[in-house]
Amino acid sequence: MAPSTAHRRLLPTIKLPSWPWRITWLYLGLVLFLPIGGLLLKASGIGAADFWAAATAPEAVATYKISFGLALVASLINGVFGLIIAWALVRSSFPGKRLLDALIDLPFALPTAVAGLALTAVYSTNGWLGAPLLQLFGLEVSFTWVGVGVAMVFISLPFVVRTVEPVLRALEREQEEAAWSLGATPTQTVFRVVLPQLLPAILAGVAQGYSRAVGEYGSVVMISSNVPFKDLITPTLIVQKLEEYDIPSATVIGTVMLIFSLLSLLVINLIQIWGQRYSGELKSAA
Amino acid sequence: MSVSQDLRLQPPPAPAPSPVHRAPERPPWSALLIPLIACLYVGVVILLPALNVVVGAFAKGLGTFLEVFSDADLLSALRLTLLVALVAVPANAIFGLAAATAIARRHFRGKALLLTIIDLPFSISPVVVGLMLVLLYSPTHGLFGGLVEASGFKILFSWPSIVMATIIVSFPFMAREVIPTLEEEGWDQEEAARTLGANDWQVFWKVTLPSVRWAALYGLILTAARCLGEFGAVAVVSGNIAGLTQTLPLFVEDAYKQYHTELAYGAALILAGVAIVSLLLKLLLERLLEQDKQALRAER
Repeated sequence: MAPSTAHRRLLPTIKLPSWPWRITWLYLGLVLFLPIGGLLLKASGIGAADFWAAATAPEAVATYKISFGLALVASLINGVFGLIIAWALVRSSFPGKRLLDALIDLPFALPTAVAGLALTAVYSTNGWLGAPLLQLFGLEVSFTWVGVGVAMVFISLPFVVRTVEPVLRALEREQEEAAWSLGATPTQTVFRVVLPQLLPAILAGVAQGYSRAVGEYGSVVMISSNVPFKDLITPTLIVQKLEEYDIPSATVIGTVMLIFSLLSLLVINLIQIWGQRYSGELKSAA
Repeated sequence: MSVSQDLRLQPPPAPAPSPVHRAPERPPWSALLIPLIACLYVGVVILLPALNVVVGAFAKGLGTFLEVFSDADLLSALRLTLLVALVAVPANAIFGLAAATAIARRHFRGKALLLTIIDLPFSISPVVVGLMLVLLYSPTHGLFGGLVEASGFKILFSWPSIVMATIIVSFPFMAREVIPTLEEEGWDQEEAARTLGANDWQVFWKVTLPSVRWAALYGLILTAARCLGEFGAVAVVSGNIAGLTQTLPLFVEDAYKQYHTELAYGAALILAGVAIVSLLLKLLLERLLEQDKQALRAER
């Protein structure tokens, strides 16, 4: 295996990688590299023309628009509200703050099928929120694309809060005091002093939430009516293709999603590196 | 005296109890507005759906709720879910601890890349994870299809694929929790143990593991919660056959689709209970971890 030779070079005193390394590489090989390699191998056997045709088939493109578009809207909404929630958690004290803090993690902890069930019920036409929304605005949420967006908002909520919170906590209050003392208004201080420093964290959180919302299946499949061109998301299309035994199409669309995941991971890492450099520069300037 | 001089002459700021009020010109309504918006948003987006699970489960009274637990398919789904977790959680715990002891506190080229690779399952859609397993082990379309067929061993639509799917989506948690804690510890204690003649295994078991116990326990809880709740990856590989290859999350969806609302809510409440217990344990473990850190700082 290639990794073992790599480690021989990196750790020259040890002839064979130690047991922890052996377990790590064996496990990663079996449960991660092998499945990813299998998908890419199958996809490479399809041929460029057929691959492109399946990847850009009208029903596939329609699902991309819904998955990638709604996930963007959902993660941007959470970018704004996540910042407000993080601000409330760090800078204010109010009754029920600990409860609020604990609730933020619920979308991580709650199985997606349970979230799907609850959201579908709450937003159905006779549900707690669905009924008033229908009567007041004539808006149907469950079993429409709006419901898909609601589910994506639910599952991507924690990301921005949890990336912004530590950065906001570490922010030096002296900078804001300096801004005030130089005559800046509170609004100017927030927009010119605080927000620029939080920007990398906000972007990283939005990107993580976006990536999660694009890949989400369990809760969306329950609240959506899963009608092509209407509210069908890309992961559900893959499942439908598998059920129709259209394995090549499933493979191609699955590969598109995998490439998206790898790209989003790259972008998130770049944002984080940028954030570290940014905060480093600020510290050296101070 | 101008504001600027006033501020500059202040002694190093003591931790203020509610820092918002230190902003000199900030109107008081914004100090109220931000927590209010935060609470309203979280209330609508998270709290209402969570309450709906509890209310829905008891909507037709305690009797109906308890009857749910005599449903054969639900019990079979519960049993399968627990069995899968019983295999997947220990396997992932071993990987997570091995990866953490191998990676943490060491500097080598590609360390950041390796950490990113371990995080990969969090960004891959669960459906794509399921698809990958189909493309490997399907007797008709899989890369190992011939091997699987020749062995006569059923992988897809059976427990091995459910276990594999569950392992893939949940293996990063343990390493992610343990590595940061381990990075904060020095090598001193391990070196001391080694000088006293301890072998690798003894060092790991008696020094390394106890020093990260709370992080490891929290990693274990997160892994277990994810294993019990996984939906997408399992849905693709399991075949979703009621009473046979249906896990509890799949049962929730199936029962709801078939209009067995009470059954769906009953199963959902079990899963929600797991989630809430894991969140409560998180709060507890965070406190214990903080205590340990303070003790460590005091020692130094």
